[in-house]
Amino acid sequence: MAPIGVLAVQGDFLEHRNMLDSIGIESVEVRLPEQLENIDGLIIPGGESTTIVQLIDIYEMRQPLLEKARKGLAVWGTCAGMIVIAKHLKDKRPDPLGLMDIVVSRNAFGRQIDSFETDLDINGIDGPPMHAVFIRAPLVTEIGNGVEILAEVGHGKPVAVKQNRILATSFHPELTEDPRMHAMFANIAHSIQ
Amino acid sequence: MATEIKPNTGTWTVKSGLAQMLKGGVIMDVVTADQAKIAEDAGAVAVMALERVPSDIRADGGVARMSDPQMICEIIEAVTIPVMAKARIGHFVEAQILEALGTDYIDESEVLTPADENNHINKHEFSVPFVCGARDLGEALRRIGEGAAMIRTKGEAGSGNIVEAVRHARKVLGQISHIRGMESDELMATARDLKAPYELVKVIHQTGALPVVNFAAGGISTPADAALMMQIGVDGVFVGSGIFKSETPQIMANAIVKATTHYKDPEMLASVSKGLGASMPGIDVRTLPESEQFATRGW
Repeated sequence: MAPIGVLAVQGDFLEHRNMLDSIGIESVEVRLPEQLENIDGLIIPGGESTTIVQLIDIYEMRQPLLEKARKGLAVWGTCAGMIVIAKHLKDKRPDPLGLMDIVVSRNAFGRQIDSFETDLDINGIDGPPMHAVFIRAPLVTEIGNGVEILAEVGHGKPVAVKQNRILATSFHPELTEDPRMHAMFANIAHSIQ
Repeated sequence: MATEIKPNTGTWTVKSGLAQMLKGGVIMDVVTADQAKIAEDAGAVAVMALERVPSDIRADGGVARMSDPQMICEIIEAVTIPVMAKARIGHFVEAQILEALGTDYIDESEVLTPADENNHINKHEFSVPFVCGARDLGEALRRIGEGAAMIRTKGEAGSGNIVEAVRHARKVLGQISHIRGMESDELMATARDLKAPYELVKVIHQTGALPVVNFAAGGISTPADAALMMQIGVDGVFVGSGIFKSETPQIMANAIVKATTHYKDPEMLASVSKGLGASMPGIDVRTLPESEQFATRGW
């Protein structure tokens, strides 16, 4: 079993590593293309999506990452990470990677003053609802074939989606004390393709 | 599964959480929408909208106030990254106005002329999060006690001189490690000496870290300055006059962003430090009379 990589160019990558650590899963920081080797999965953390995409391109990670994902690397984007892996955005920038067949709207709930917390039922997560923290959060507005909706707020507002080995959430499980979503991703990442 | 949301806005988690998202990033002072776009293109995680950068405020003298709301709105329209703006220390009405404009973060800043020499803003009363400056741990914990969701060193803004930011960061981090090593029965006396809330001193003792994100600010003007602050142990950097007062702002902005990400990689730092043109002119802080030092404003 190889460790889970956490993209560490900007954002709350440390919180993801701490969460993985709390359930005994090894992780490594990924800042350069060669660090994409020998990992079973990659978490793209919360942060500023424009910044993260700029830095992915500046450090020439886009092509290697697309290649890895095509070969089955599991990828999970949280908040900014969801924007980064989308196929299209409702907004002019940034230029997303297109790893998952979803259209995403940035800052879909409003500005920082509209950021919120709530409890959320998620398909595939047993037990009580997860506490979900939405910070200047994005929303999935369209899904392609094979994209499974795991959770919605209200009706028709998907905030957790999955396509094969790719996972995306609008919210930040890494800012809570609940590691169930991280365990779910680690299971996907470590499972045989 | 569809969940009917009962959203809870303006909570401590979402206020301090936004600062978590800025970590490892550079927040740049901008005075126009065009500068804001340059900052966004260079990879800034947020911009600070203000009328004059600190070095100009210093040169102009007089009373420095909150920026024109019109200008802040133009910057909010121009970029998709968070927009911060400054209110005067203690000027809670400027803060109310900034909140009403949709500003994402308020900097209760010593760079502006203080409105209240005794009291800072009660930041718990706002839904918008605040960042405040600090020279030492006591000052940082007082601001957190008042509701600041992010801390930055004061440094000496507009000086182009990193020495005060280094002094303040080392002071805060040194005091944290000192408290970390104490016996628990020493904490009350420490709270008294630091003039800091006892509950927060206990948090420092238990966790060995501030309960909020801690950035460096005040005097960062080169990629090496940014990486120095990151290696000393801050979570990210504010660059004020250092970018748009340099000879080639676009190149300088890019270089400081790269240096902040790769702060531990000397080869990367060497490569981004080449060919930057002239940095902003600096001043020796020791030659500044106390009345001209921004850092001594607030307590």
